[in-house]
Amino acid sequence: MAHVPFEYGLYLAAALFLIGLVGVLVRRNLIFVLASIEIMLNAAGLGFVVAGSRWGQPDGQVMFIFILSMAAAEVAVGLALALLYRRAFGSLDIDEASRMRG
Amino acid sequence: MTVAFYIAGAIALISTLLVVTRRNTIHALLYLVVSLFAVAVVFYTLGAPFVAALEVIVYAGAIIVLFLFTVMLLNIGRADEAEERGRLRATVWIGPGLLAVVLLAELAWAISTGTTAQVGARVVSPREVGVALYGPYAIGVELASTLLLAALIGARHLGQRQRELAPGEQRAATDGAGLAVTEGEAAVSAARVSVTAPAGVEPAGAEPAAGASEGLGTTKGAPGATEAPPAGREPRGARFWRKDER
Repeated sequence: MAHVPFEYGLYLAAALFLIGLVGVLVRRNLIFVLASIEIMLNAAGLGFVVAGSRWGQPDGQVMFIFILSMAAAEVAVGLALALLYRRAFGSLDIDEASRMRG
Repeated sequence: MTVAFYIAGAIALISTLLVVTRRNTIHALLYLVVSLFAVAVVFYTLGAPFVAALEVIVYAGAIIVLFLFTVMLLNIGRADEAEERGRLRATVWIGPGLLAVVLLAELAWAISTGTTAQVGARVVSPREVGVALYGPYAIGVELASTLLLAALIGARHLGQRQRELAPGEQRAATDGAGLAVTEGEAAVSAARVSVTAPAGVEPAGAEPAAGASEGLGTTKGAPGATEAPPAGREPRGARFWRKDER
């Protein structure tokens, strides 16, 4: 197996998380925002797995499985909302929904 | 194996950057698949083969397929790409990019001041993960299953086609109309029976039939009310709350 310094795994996770964060902040297309959130969740899971691997314990992988199920739940509801959104506003631009109804 | 970690890490970073910067949705999702595969390789090199398999099966196999189905259902085409081109000017990236660089510098500082250690020296087998998952973390598994059930019900509820409501119409009217339709069907069958029944016997379905026609009347009235929008300027999202019109 690999012998890489513990920090490098965390650097990778941090960089992936921040790329996802930039995606959420910059993109206005709802699909891209959801994909960026997936990137961020995946990066958080990577951090857990790296930390679990640092100690040689399975707990990090267990946490990753929880994150995975949460990401699946989030994306199912999010994409159903995206379908409704497109039907209602005619586009996927999230700025269209920046005001409340009242 | 050590080399594989660095190569996969570099591929993950590059392809994730491409995901965020692409204009074409399908291209971005395919780069996302590449990124997830690369992260799966990183997991494998770190001694977590079970999680690597899950990453490929669940993330790349299920979640991205869900994304692709949605893109197909939404019928995203060249018009959307042109729209994205208008939105994604170079100046948009400056603020979030600076923010991310500052955050990355802080995180790198925090990570580099910690203790150093080697990682991936030991392979954690799926057996150990399973024992931990159903031992001390059993409550977490139950919570995750509840969350998935809630997501299932939520997605199904959002995905179903709803009958449209007039602005003033109450939600209860919908249920009443639905009930009235079934009552009407019952009334039709009852009336058919009552034709053959001897005269003088009160037709059993008379009253429900009247209720059914009333219910149908409100159902027919609803689209007419939505087609004529109020005289004032209607906000663009108003239709969202009135459900779909197709």
